[in-house]
Amino acid sequence: MSTTDTGGRADTGSGTDTGGGADAGAAREAAASLGRLRSLARAELTLLVRNRTAMFTALLMPLAMVLFMRSTVEQAPLEGTGLSVTDLVMTSGIPMVLILVVYLNLIPAYVSRREELVLKRLRTGELRDWEILAGAALPVVAVALAQCAVLVAAGAALLEMTPPDRPDLLVLGVLLGVVLMVLTAAATAVITRTTESAQITALPLLMVSLAGSGMFVPLEAMPDRAADVLRLLPMSPVVDLVRYGWLGGGEPGEVLRALGTAVAWALVSVFAVRRWFRWEPRH
Amino acid sequence: MNTGEQVIEVSGLRRRYGPAKGDGGFEAVRGISFSVARGELFALLGTNGAGKTSTVELLEGMAEPSGGRVRVLGHDPYRERARVRPRIGVMLQEGGFPSDLTVAETARMWAGCTSGARRTSEALEAVGLAPRADVRVKQLSGGERRRLDLAMALLGRPEVLFLDEPTTGLDAEGRRETWRLVRELRKGGTTVVLTTHYLEEAEELADRLAIMRAGRIVVSGTPAEVTASRPSRIRFTLPEGVPAARLPLSLRAAEHGRRVEIRTGRLQESLTELLLWARREEVALAGLDARSASLEEAFLEIAHGGGPEAAEDEDTARAAKAGAR
Repeated sequence: MSTTDTGGRADTGSGTDTGGGADAGAAREAAASLGRLRSLARAELTLLVRNRTAMFTALLMPLAMVLFMRSTVEQAPLEGTGLSVTDLVMTSGIPMVLILVVYLNLIPAYVSRREELVLKRLRTGELRDWEILAGAALPVVAVALAQCAVLVAAGAALLEMTPPDRPDLLVLGVLLGVVLMVLTAAATAVITRTTESAQITALPLLMVSLAGSGMFVPLEAMPDRAADVLRLLPMSPVVDLVRYGWLGGGEPGEVLRALGTAVAWALVSVFAVRRWFRWEPRH
Repeated sequence: MNTGEQVIEVSGLRRRYGPAKGDGGFEAVRGISFSVARGELFALLGTNGAGKTSTVELLEGMAEPSGGRVRVLGHDPYRERARVRPRIGVMLQEGGFPSDLTVAETARMWAGCTSGARRTSEALEAVGLAPRADVRVKQLSGGERRRLDLAMALLGRPEVLFLDEPTTGLDAEGRRETWRLVRELRKGGTTVVLTTHYLEEAEELADRLAIMRAGRIVVSGTPAEVTASRPSRIRFTLPEGVPAARLPLSLRAAEHGRRVEIRTGRLQESLTELLLWARREEVALAGLDARSASLEEAFLEIAHGGGPEAAEDEDTARAAKAGAR
């Protein structure tokens, strides 16, 4: 062992953002924040690559599910909805990817970091709470976004689908979906004690979304009153926004309702995470 | 080293787990006050459950106090986290680093999250982990993990370093190496707050220390002051037929069978009196033993010896803490 200079830095760090330097201070802080996110995301990516189960869930599950879906929705009641089987499968594929890749992978990731006391250790440093959650999410979010891009490209190139009608709505839907999945994964981690039990605690949102958010059976094919209720589910606005964005056809009122529902769920999740998220194991 | 500037100021500090009112909660820190000057090494001693870690976490800004005030480098460590964190280093009681990352990857991650970080190789070198850079954290020994944790705490060249039981799990050699490192840091001007239950460690390193019991500071001062405040002890065995009642009244003697123990604040005087008495009375004092209080004795007496009321207090406290978390 050898020790090197560790002199104090009494003059740095204090009284930085005085006077006209506020903008520069904010810029510096933003740059520092990005640097911290990048470091954390890089470490998480390394961990993802080293975890076979997580890699399988992230890379193969979505493909398997889309293929499975293709074979089951042949009998879906599509008359009067204006959707073809391809339309349904491909547009449902995007929220499916978000759930399988982001939600299902992040719950065990947050749980194991918490149980290994990694979250607590990270919180002793300069990282902000949101940076810790976001940094851990970045690698799987990147994988999910890449898969969404592949779906859109494959739709146009191989399946004779039109390019997205309103790319802005499509992107907005995907981004809202990402935010929702990250936050609900953090919220689900609260009630998950081990990485194994994540397979169970993830089921409610997974099932409800697959069955009720119009992914297998479009909500347009349901009785109006039932559809109105189901549109309140967390993933329903994401499915709607993706369809409006890719296939077109969303009335301004419908688009607004979807945006409002998605934002409301995001706010609820932010509240839940801030209120209940645990950064260390229960004793 | 001591420039008189108070780097840490704590007054009336309290920390409560569980509900704020009623019996459901538990108060782990019950109104403590102390300060630490720049460049000083301050040790918090206490048995498990005395409130050391709960206190240190408040200083680190990990939790908000339920009462009282704490300032680190002039700021509230919880509310002004962004101002304080870049200037402090923290080593938790149990390190938390992902088990599937290597030592070097862990250091790189932590360096990227630390402003003004030194080179990671330099930090690993300092704790002797450089040869283990490519080993996964899960394959490290307990002692190596503690050293990795210490290296990460040092990465930002902190002005104030918090070490929560830094040598627990280390072998004798590792402990000495860590002590050497801490002493060098202190020489370089770093202020250190250390918790430990090794008395030797506090005696070896601390400029000042405080002994906690059941959430309160029972005694504090330099190691010499703390031991000086405790009575010295004289012990011997009286021969058959000589009752302790014959001893001079000025010696406050306690009998355990024929074994006698005298506690005194003035060892030399009491001992002289005892020996003169023994010569006069022609009494042989078998197994005569006279000693000043050591830090260890002071600690054991303070930490455990507070009478049945305090011990009970501590037990219920621990149980409540386990339930409330």
